[in-house]
Amino acid sequence: MNKKSSARKLLPMGSSLIFCSIFCSIFVAIFVFAADEPGADKPAVQVEPTNTVGPRTLEKQTETAVVRDYLDAWRSMGAALDQNRAQLLDADFVGTAKQKLTDTIHEQAKLGIETRYRDTAHHLRLTFYSPEGMSLQLLDTVDYEVQIVDHGKVIGKQPVRTRYVAVLTPTEVRWKVRVFQAEPE
Amino acid sequence: MKFRRIKFGIMKFRFNLPLVLAAMLLAAMPLAAIAQTGVLNVPRTVEAGSAFSIPTSGSGKAVLYIVGPEQVLRREVQLGESVSFAAGELHNAGRYVAVLAGDSATENGAFDVVASQPASLSFLAKPSRLPVDLQNGISGVVYVFDTFRNLVIAPSEVSFQLSGVAGAGQARTVATRDGVAWTKLNSAAKEGAAQFIARDGGISATRVIQQVPGDPCRLRMNARLSNQKLSGAKQTQAQPRLTLETEPVRDCGGNAVPDGTIVTFKEIYKDGEATVDVPVKRGVARTEMPAYPGATISVATGVVMGNEIRWR
Repeated sequence: MNKKSSARKLLPMGSSLIFCSIFCSIFVAIFVFAADEPGADKPAVQVEPTNTVGPRTLEKQTETAVVRDYLDAWRSMGAALDQNRAQLLDADFVGTAKQKLTDTIHEQAKLGIETRYRDTAHHLRLTFYSPEGMSLQLLDTVDYEVQIVDHGKVIGKQPVRTRYVAVLTPTEVRWKVRVFQAEPE
Repeated sequence: MKFRRIKFGIMKFRFNLPLVLAAMLLAAMPLAAIAQTGVLNVPRTVEAGSAFSIPTSGSGKAVLYIVGPEQVLRREVQLGESVSFAAGELHNAGRYVAVLAGDSATENGAFDVVASQPASLSFLAKPSRLPVDLQNGISGVVYVFDTFRNLVIAPSEVSFQLSGVAGAGQARTVATRDGVAWTKLNSAAKEGAAQFIARDGGISATRVIQQVPGDPCRLRMNARLSNQKLSGAKQTQAQPRLTLETEPVRDCGGNAVPDGTIVTFKEIYKDGEATVDVPVKRGVARTEMPAYPGATISVATGVVMGNEIRWR
């Protein structure tokens, strides 16, 4: 009789744990799937209206292309630093910016480190377009998360908010980032 | 203990709300433990390439990570001691995350590495060749970098100077904004190579701008009968010819236009017309055309018309 009674009491407790497990699994699944959605990784992008960018008029098409190529550069930088593959920078970086990022990747590979950058928001302002159209400077107040992985072990994740100064130059088919540097806000 | 009943499809559950909440709290505890981190005492800003240190507390061993897209460092440290970084070790400007990972706890921090003093200029001067006397025809753009090729964001004064041609040179001083300064200058009235110099403190960069004569401004020609030295029957049948020669062809500033500039001579006579294109050679254009009585001869180059001659 006592055994039956304690079994009756334990049965609902088990049900609670099963219910909790199911609930947690569903919650985790939703969270994981939401993160895998194609749109979920896209950062929020805000481009400030450009009244003047110095000596040269900035056409809307140019502005669109520059913003698109700059955001592509962030994606390729993220992938390159995550996978320690410097060749992923080729499409979007050139000059000093490419050299510095390549050095970082080589250093990471030597140390057994990977870094995962996930940009969540960009607030862009195009500030200077050179007279001959050979360079364009933009400022980007960016929010991103960086996760450090050392020999496969996640060390930590940290949110960062900073202001990037980027100088882009036109190449055959797209704008490439030549200077890419964070500075104190 | 009170249990509530819940129907989930064909399954029936009995659960106790406080028990569910306690279970969820237990499940969340490891996550909370991961999130629980201390603050690492890092400097607010560090000048690129300068020595600095980060103090640590506690005991035991840990690993310090300094991470940014621009550079990454990893250092095994003894907790309780300061971690020193030598001059030149962290030399790329940017925002860095510092993570001190010990056995039991993690400390985080973030700091900026800022560019040091200007050491080089990236100077783009355009165009390298242009006509004289052109308003705002020359543009100069300067990006200021430090020794480590970091863009120097802090404002500085850049002076632009265009000199080397007769007459007063032009100079302008511009403050950099986010590491860039630019200007536009006029080309000189006289042809020749000009030195375009950008200077920031003790550092400078020079480009040569070739200023060439502009379009011809005034055109004038003379005509005279050619001295034909033919013999016998040829001399009697030959059509007399005119030698046409321009005065030295110059632009509005008095600079001789470059050799090779095309001058067009046109002759209209009773039975038709003839056109000859001649390049300027040693400052003048010269040709011969048949001397038809009553013919009108004109000369032109570019958009400039010269004088007309009527041959009698």
